[in-house]
Amino acid sequence: MSRLSDAFAAAGAQGRTALVCYAMGGDGDTAALLEGIDAAGADVIELGVPFSDPIADGPVMQAAATRAIAAKTTLRDLLSMASRLRLRAPMVAMGYMNPIESMGSRAFARALREAGLCGAIVPDLPLEEAQPVRDDLAAEGLDLVPLVAPTTPKERAARIARTARGFVYYVSVTGVTGVRAALPDDLERRLAELRAVSSVPVAVGFGISRPEQAAALKGKADGVVVGSALVALHHEQGVAAVAALVRSLRSAL
Amino acid sequence: MKEMPPILSDATVSPPDARGRFGAYGGRFVPETLIPALDELERSWKEARADPRYREELTELLRTYAGRPTPLFRADRLAKALGLSGRVYLKREDLLHTGAHKLNNTLGQALLAKRMGKRRVIAETGAGQHGVATATVCALLGLECIVYMGTEDVRRQSPNVVRMKLLGAEVRSVDAGSRTLKDAMNEAIRDWVTNVRTTYYCIGSAAGPHPYPVMVRELQKIIGEEVAEQIAGAEGRLPDAVVACVGGGSNAIGALHRFVREPSVTLYGVEAAGHGLESGKHGASLAKGRPGVLHGSRSYVLQTEDGQIAEAHSISAGLDYPGVGPELSHLRDQGRLTVLSATDTEALQAFQTLARSEGILCALESAHAIAALPRVRGGLIVVNLSGRGDKDLGTVIEALK
Repeated sequence: MSRLSDAFAAAGAQGRTALVCYAMGGDGDTAALLEGIDAAGADVIELGVPFSDPIADGPVMQAAATRAIAAKTTLRDLLSMASRLRLRAPMVAMGYMNPIESMGSRAFARALREAGLCGAIVPDLPLEEAQPVRDDLAAEGLDLVPLVAPTTPKERAARIARTARGFVYYVSVTGVTGVRAALPDDLERRLAELRAVSSVPVAVGFGISRPEQAAALKGKADGVVVGSALVALHHEQGVAAVAALVRSLRSAL
Repeated sequence: MKEMPPILSDATVSPPDARGRFGAYGGRFVPETLIPALDELERSWKEARADPRYREELTELLRTYAGRPTPLFRADRLAKALGLSGRVYLKREDLLHTGAHKLNNTLGQALLAKRMGKRRVIAETGAGQHGVATATVCALLGLECIVYMGTEDVRRQSPNVVRMKLLGAEVRSVDAGSRTLKDAMNEAIRDWVTNVRTTYYCIGSAAGPHPYPVMVRELQKIIGEEVAEQIAGAEGRLPDAVVACVGGGSNAIGALHRFVREPSVTLYGVEAAGHGLESGKHGASLAKGRPGVLHGSRSYVLQTEDGQIAEAHSISAGLDYPGVGPELSHLRDQGRLTVLSATDTEALQAFQTLARSEGILCALESAHAIAALPRVRGGLIVVNLSGRGDKDLGTVIEALK
């Protein structure tokens, strides 16, 4: 029913924890990057929609968004590029609310479906504000993936999980995106609590960059998200280096 | 007037609704990490607001430390210099301690931070007035203070950077985007997301996620309530018009809110027209923006066709912001707020006119409100003079060369 949920289930059936990889749209040759990530074995791909004021992002993502905007990337261009790709992994858009609101969430949902994407993750759209966007996406058969944070109380996490479609995104650290040396001690417990109340898969992201970190989370979540590390590597060394890291992350999971 | 009217009056409580909505505007568009902190803040604010001890403590500080009530001054020579036939009064928020209206809000929020047991306070600042006001109350109450400020603003408002440092605050310059208030606010939000458990975020504009817009308005509305009493004493009636400059909107909503329920009073907000409204280089979100989501709430936003936030421009750092608070956005849509603008050049001219006619060097922000006076209708006009101009002398000297 949901291609996103199915991708986690398929990885699970192979005894793997799913690997979710992020690519910033418009930062370099995005089509080549997405194809490279897909071929290297990502189970789900997040297509980042650049925004001028990304308040949940650390320096790596900010710089990538700035480059993408300087290259005159628009949401419509990105979706039109994505619609020409034939990827194995389902894709989900990840971007802030204003560009979505500017297009209109109904038009946004239609454009996502036409481009072959499966849903959206909107980091500045919490539970209380999410319903209109969730409904517009659902009307096109698409998923709004909500986020749960370390500060989210248990009861609220359960309420968020009940609205989730596709998967739930658990934010591993209290902070913005970016590579971390260590993850919080209570991460496993929080993931177990969230999985117990969620009927959709739980992916964990923020701060995860190395295969050892991914390996430590194998089986603790349904999926592991890697973002800033791939974005930095792509900018510094190109698609081949990204593909190599994706392969080693996948084998760690 | 010797005494202040009571603070946090219940008489003017109006929107927002329980979700922090002013009509279509407001709400909470922030990362999930912050939602529990905003819930905690909202609870603590409601408790404090209802607690007589909090009100007494705040009243005492506003009176004996900040210098409330501020005077209402009849500016006949200014009216004459501008060729106005009616009377003009200036609400002298520039005479408040630290030189602007900002202290009304930071006193209230810092007392709240202390009640909540948060010893680390962060703030964003544009002109530096909010940063100075935050640094001041943190010194007064013994709190740690970190202020985020865009590098462009650090450059053009350097006296305020020195003030903040002397007051014991750490000033962190933000070298991203337009290097102004918008970018400082992004960085302050990122700090809050990271340190939310220990940190109080003191927002200076009547903007940001709920409950900030209503909390800042409640703490600033004393301006308009004093005006109502003072003008009644001086003229025996309500003014025909109240005028304030609009950046994020804290001095405007503070001056105007008391009069929203008085249909005979026309409310004017004066935005920065920068190089001109058609130049694309301005800060006129209400006149030229579209509804959007910036810094945690839905409001009018200057943005590109595909939803990137545009860079604002104004000679005054406090108006150099591509957004505006949700309540002013709502008042604009209702037709209750009349939106005007003044260019950089007009503001500079007004700055000089006020200086020479009345002996007052006002902030360049407030000079925009003065500049718009010839376009304001009514025989009895009150202008909120939101701040003093010391911080702007460098900019003015440069511009007048």
